[in-house]
Amino acid sequence: MKYVPTIGIECHVQLSTKTKLFSEVDNDARGKEPNSCVSPVDYALPGMLPRLNGEAIKFAIRAGRAMHCEINAFSRFDRKHYFYPDSPKGYQITQFYQPIIGPGFVELPSGTKIRIEHAHLEGDAGKLTHFANYSLVDLNRVDTPLIEIVSMPDIHSPKDAHDYCKELWRLMCYAEVTYGDLFNGNMRFDVNISLAPEGAKELGTRAEIKNLNSFRSVERAAEYEIKRQTRILNAGEKVVQETRGWNDASGETTGQRSKEEAKDYRYMPEPDLPPINLSQEFIDEESAKLPLMPSDYRENFGDVLKPDILEILLDYPNLMIKLNQLVAREGNSGGLSEVTTENEGASPVTTGRSDTSQKGLSSRVALIANLFTSVLLAEEKSAEYLNDLPSSKDLNELAEMNEKKELSSTATKEVFLKLFDPQMKGRGVKNIAKELGLVQENDLGALQKIVEIVLAKPETQKAQDDFRNGQEKVIGFLVGQVMKESHGKANPAAVQEILRKLLTK
Amino acid sequence: MKTANKTVSAERLVKDALEKAKFFADYHIFNFLNEEGALKKAREIDAKIKKGEKVGRLAGVPYALKDNFLSPEGETTASAHILQGFKSPITATAVAKLEAEGAIMIGRANLDAFAHGSSTENSYFGPTSNAFDKTRVAGGSSGGSAVAVALDIVEFATGTDTGGSIRQPASFNGVYGFKPTFGTISRYGVVAMASSTDCIGFFTKTPEDMDLLMSITSGQDSKDLTTLPDYYNDNTGAGSGDSGASSLAPVVTGLASSIAPVVANAPKSPDSCARIGIIKDFDNDSVNPEIRQALKKKCDDLKKKGHKIVELSMPNLKYALAAYYIIVPAEVASNLSRYDGIRYGFRSDKSKDLDALYNNTRNEGFMPENKRRIMIGNFVLSSGFYDAYFLKAAKARTLIIKEYEAAFKKCDFILTPVSPNLAFKIGEKVDDPVSMYLEDVMSVPLNLAGIPGLTVPAGKSKEGLPVGLQLIGPRRSDKSLIEFAKELR
Repeated sequence: MKYVPTIGIECHVQLSTKTKLFSEVDNDARGKEPNSCVSPVDYALPGMLPRLNGEAIKFAIRAGRAMHCEINAFSRFDRKHYFYPDSPKGYQITQFYQPIIGPGFVELPSGTKIRIEHAHLEGDAGKLTHFANYSLVDLNRVDTPLIEIVSMPDIHSPKDAHDYCKELWRLMCYAEVTYGDLFNGNMRFDVNISLAPEGAKELGTRAEIKNLNSFRSVERAAEYEIKRQTRILNAGEKVVQETRGWNDASGETTGQRSKEEAKDYRYMPEPDLPPINLSQEFIDEESAKLPLMPSDYRENFGDVLKPDILEILLDYPNLMIKLNQLVAREGNSGGLSEVTTENEGASPVTTGRSDTSQKGLSSRVALIANLFTSVLLAEEKSAEYLNDLPSSKDLNELAEMNEKKELSSTATKEVFLKLFDPQMKGRGVKNIAKELGLVQENDLGALQKIVEIVLAKPETQKAQDDFRNGQEKVIGFLVGQVMKESHGKANPAAVQEILRKLLTK
Repeated sequence: MKTANKTVSAERLVKDALEKAKFFADYHIFNFLNEEGALKKAREIDAKIKKGEKVGRLAGVPYALKDNFLSPEGETTASAHILQGFKSPITATAVAKLEAEGAIMIGRANLDAFAHGSSTENSYFGPTSNAFDKTRVAGGSSGGSAVAVALDIVEFATGTDTGGSIRQPASFNGVYGFKPTFGTISRYGVVAMASSTDCIGFFTKTPEDMDLLMSITSGQDSKDLTTLPDYYNDNTGAGSGDSGASSLAPVVTGLASSIAPVVANAPKSPDSCARIGIIKDFDNDSVNPEIRQALKKKCDDLKKKGHKIVELSMPNLKYALAAYYIIVPAEVASNLSRYDGIRYGFRSDKSKDLDALYNNTRNEGFMPENKRRIMIGNFVLSSGFYDAYFLKAAKARTLIIKEYEAAFKKCDFILTPVSPNLAFKIGEKVDDPVSMYLEDVMSVPLNLAGIPGLTVPAGKSKEGLPVGLQLIGPRRSDKSLIEFAKELR
């Protein structure tokens, strides 16, 4: 029998707010000592009461708007109870009954729309590290704000599951609500999968795979589950509703020791936190602060960049923002050379959609985009470089020199990389190019002199004769000799022209 | 209130208080005496007075701190084994405000463990005796605080009132005891019992002292988002809007209104003629005749003074106790989840794995009454029972709030007994939790509605036991309520 898989995904996003959701301690514990970012509220001393971080509410509004979601003016918090050392209060503060983010949708690059059921705010749990006969508790992560995004069962293939997770990640990064570091658990996915016979109205029994932290593992786990469940159903057996673990090394899901009875979280309204009442003005104001989203970039750059290049670049919000700045500068100032001041890090929000119709500009943007994908991302240190991109002014100058043929394509790449070199980057593109002797000779008179020197050399005589006798391809050898003589600075196209002229005289 | 000055030193006041506390040691009033700390503070204040520096409104005034307020002095135990050894790095907001005015804590007062009880018999450290009869209970849960004031050891004591825990022991010991409007005083740093009904309040010997303490401790606290703007000290009525805690004002509005809706603004202090409601539903044989007699006498006195008595029928109040003993245990079970032996306090050393550690620590660390409430609370929150119990109780709570709103259209204040009985014998009710719960039948409705109630002494019984009555007002009427208590002297 043919089965249709249905996949639902719950995604936890850690918000990059300055302080925690319910206390005023640092929310950024990266590289800090365990249990150093913990307040008595997070630590759950007696008599401590949660406060509410207004910034998290703003982030939630942006995250919601990034997914075209309704923002609920009224929402409130509930307690979800369970005992575990990662939960100092003995309960998690979450939004079970009335979440802040209502229904919306995420559009995949393929055009498929996945509906969002809702998303809610909650506090993260601490981290446990288990050893042979003891475990260590680190509460730094306790009550880091999370939003949990719950999809509708609209996903029917592992590929779409992968693309959905990736698009969610992009949306959250572009909305600037998370650091988006998957390796460190900034986004985690719980995937539930069920199979039903084609045409069936009801969904099958589902298995849930928790805590996946890469798009690839989501895709692979879904693929594995579909195979596993198909095998079970084909054998006439029943799928057990359970939570399964994913083993990335073996590529398998395995049933986890199931508790005798289902967990009862004993949800209760959080009496220490008043409900959130948001005015429409406040929602509108925050919604307006949503930066450009991937869909905006696709629209803006769709004519300039090839779709595959664009999709690669979209994985790096910094690069898209930089490209957008290049375009915005052009639109605002009218001439690249006139630009002298630099406003790095300026939010692209206000620039809105830019006009990329000018041809020169388009080719310059395409050139820089190409340098990003083929040079920058290929570098070993690309992760480091991405956080310290050259100024728009430098990139514009670089593109301009390339356009004027002052830099060969090889030289352009070389100068581009020097813009990341701490020793070089402040000096300006022109100076770097000169210092490295990479500026191409375009002066025809000067070039002709070099060509003449080369043609006077005895070792080129045979090639000259061959060319005159119709051996077209030896021109390459001669151009090479001229390039050598010019220490690589000559413009090869011009050299060839001059050679032809002189040899056919 | 006697404060320190150039003739009477703070050291003298504190030494006297400590001496009296030791004299009454066999009443089991204090879990901890703050001898060193109190004397050190007293000397600091005396030095200031000597230099002519400004001192606070409570300069050198000794007070008893209910042992569920966090402060670095002594261990904060809440009279519970599970908090044994807990030294707090935090000072409760209310304590900080009192100490800033020069008040000096001389000891931590006994209570029912985690404030669960109506007699202070549920304390891990044993019961506190009644100030008027050592064989009788102090009432509870703030028993130690009430007796400390009644025996004149201290000028005032702090208390917490979740269902009557200030008003009932005040009544049993013949002192004033006030439970303010929910959200008037910050709960930050006070061991939580039930978040939506917990109120911080005081025991005093006079309404004037009560007014002073209220004006010192009232007001919004960014560390407790359920606190109200400082209406108590604001006579302009500007504090009447529930604008919410300042830190969130732009984002969150309508803060405390979630827990109990705001009724009309506080009535102005009634001048010559006030309308006093009495609830006829409480006037029956289940109430001790001497208490009924005292109420009748007070009503007659008030009439003579020109006030008007209004009879009220409040049939929904009979659901208050049932609703209370669903909502409160639910919040109790939740709030006690943090006591797991992992991070502070007592940990059972008999455990070989995590589940056993939780089970043993909580089993050994909690008192039987704590466990009873945890079990009730977890039961009513279980999936499948939530709608039948918790949600239904929440609806009953709304009805009770509405019934009070309606009543306060007909009268300015309501006068009722505090509890159906006078102080009972130690041990008399310990094996009968339901009869113990029934002690709270007249006090819990206020906590569900979030309205203020003041216990006023109303004479003695034939046996010489104090009788107290409860003066009740609408939300935020606290100031005029305390003012009106002077009429009842």
